[in-house]
Amino acid sequence: MESIVSVSNLQKSFKSLKVLKDVSFDIPKGSIFALLGSNGAGKTTVVRILSTLLSPDGGTATVCGYDVEREGDAVRAAISLTGQFAAVDEVLTGRENLQIIGELGRIPNLKNKIHEWLVTFDLEEAADRPVSTYSGGMRRKLDIAMSLMGSPEVIFLDEPTSGLDPQNRLAMWELVKNLARDGTTVFLTTQYLEEAESLADNIAILHEGRIIAYGTPGNLKAILPQRGAHLNFASDADAEKAMKILRENGITVAGLSQEMPTLEEVFLTLIGEKQDGEPNG
Amino acid sequence: MAKQISDFFYDSKVMFKRCMKIALRNPEALVQATITPIFLMLMFGAVFGNIADVGAYNYVDYILPGIILQAVAQATQYTAINVNADMTKGIIDRFRSMPLAKSALLIGHAGASVVRNVMTTVVIIGTAFIVGFRPQAGFVDWLVIIGVLLLSVTAITCFAVFCGLRAKSPEGASGLMFPLFILPFISSGFAPTETMHTAIRWFAEYQPMTPIINAVRALMLGHPPGNDLWIALAWTSATAILAFAFAVRRFKRKM
Ligand SMILES: Nc1ncnc2c1ncn2[C@@H]1O[C@H](COP(=O)(O)OP(=O)(O)O)[C@@H](O)[C@H]1O
Ligand SMILES: [Mg+2]
Repeated sequence: MESIVSVSNLQKSFKSLKVLKDVSFDIPKGSIFALLGSNGAGKTTVVRILSTLLSPDGGTATVCGYDVEREGDAVRAAISLTGQFAAVDEVLTGRENLQIIGELGRIPNLKNKIHEWLVTFDLEEAADRPVSTYSGGMRRKLDIAMSLMGSPEVIFLDEPTSGLDPQNRLAMWELVKNLARDGTTVFLTTQYLEEAESLADNIAILHEGRIIAYGTPGNLKAILPQRGAHLNFASDADAEKAMKILRENGITVAGLSQEMPTLEEVFLTLIGEKQDGEPNG
Repeated sequence: MAKQISDFFYDSKVMFKRCMKIALRNPEALVQATITPIFLMLMFGAVFGNIADVGAYNYVDYILPGIILQAVAQATQYTAINVNADMTKGIIDRFRSMPLAKSALLIGHAGASVVRNVMTTVVIIGTAFIVGFRPQAGFVDWLVIIGVLLLSVTAITCFAVFCGLRAKSPEGASGLMFPLFILPFISSGFAPTETMHTAIRWFAEYQPMTPIINAVRALMLGHPPGNDLWIALAWTSATAILAFAFAVRRFKRKM
């Protein structure tokens, strides 16, 4: 498949801190890509390089075929960025925020478009209130609506669900899936394996400056550590029954709940495999 | 090329509207920027009006140019603060990752700053008339006065934009502007430099506020401004151009 983002041997240091040592990956057009890594792994650094905000020290990166260093303007015309912290004007209203970005993006028929966006993002009621009165979830939504206005080919979402409550988080997942369905390539970063697995077509795991694993959720599941499950039943009776079935089959169960391996466990497994001489990438 | 130029004007216009809107959401800052100098003018008039030796001048006539420049310096710290707030919040990453003319945001801030200063300056001059300001300037003199004041406002604004880019926090940005607040007080703005001690006098005579103030005062009172006008024009245009060039360079810098 045609790749829309292509990163090869990317390197970046801040003074003596080598954040990216050798980062390479490709993203197929129209897919959802998750860059998974713990806090401080360098996810934001990758996003900032790809969105032309930061220069890499070495390596190359292209977006839509344009080099991020030499063809910045063409890259900027093709992408949009939703950073880790909401990029909205607090003292202005939601509508005014959309208006400014829409005007800068030269979007035709802007007034109606803004109305559509407000409806889509369920922000109509709050549209004429200053953003400073918005909840975290509403701010995120506005932020992403602003990013989507120019119909970008690639949208970068840096930790889009951090700080969201479970309900808004699910709504965000839905939104991301819809975007990809409409043909937009989504590049998102996350600290949660669960999020990457349920959303992304491809996952790259960034650890100590390198991509230590790259693949579909299915590929990764096969090589990642064992996982258990938490099961919740409608009633105690059902739970008893399930326990009984397990007991009858000689399985003892102490408690049930969905259990994902932590990122640390993932790293240990993957690094262990690498040391056994079996690189995954 | 023509497209680039029209894009540049369009982007700058949108940014200007944004900066104006943000400023108007904080009317206290604007009101304060107008009230303080008016208060200063009345207070100086009442306290020093009878004792300051300003020769044949009416005291309000004498201090008005200094009051205006002090007001501009003080009010323009909000420009530095607003620029800095943009740079240190997420919004700058959005603008920088959009295909916009590079200096549009800075032009927007600068434009809004000049317009705000024109508004407060008009109110200050209006109040001066009420408390006894009696200019002798003709039509052409007024045009030159407006030109000099606009250039001064632009120069101070460009300096403020640079301070806003340079500082790490909004407080730092207004801190960098501080020397500008006091320059008008160590100039010919409130007392003739001849009455000052040697070192201060030397400083007062060579710093840029003095020729601007002298030129504006002379023009307002119908006297020939002489060399002061040319020195004022040189200072203000050089400051505006240099500060803006450095600001744009700073803004474009990637890490
Ligand atoms: N501008 C900068 N100057 C110095 N260090 C930085 C800068 N930006 C990021 N870092 C450091 O680089 C590392 C990776 O940061 P980042 O890319 O933000 O990680 P992530 O987004 O994965 O949490 C962190 O240790 C961070 O402190
Ligand atoms: Mg980050």
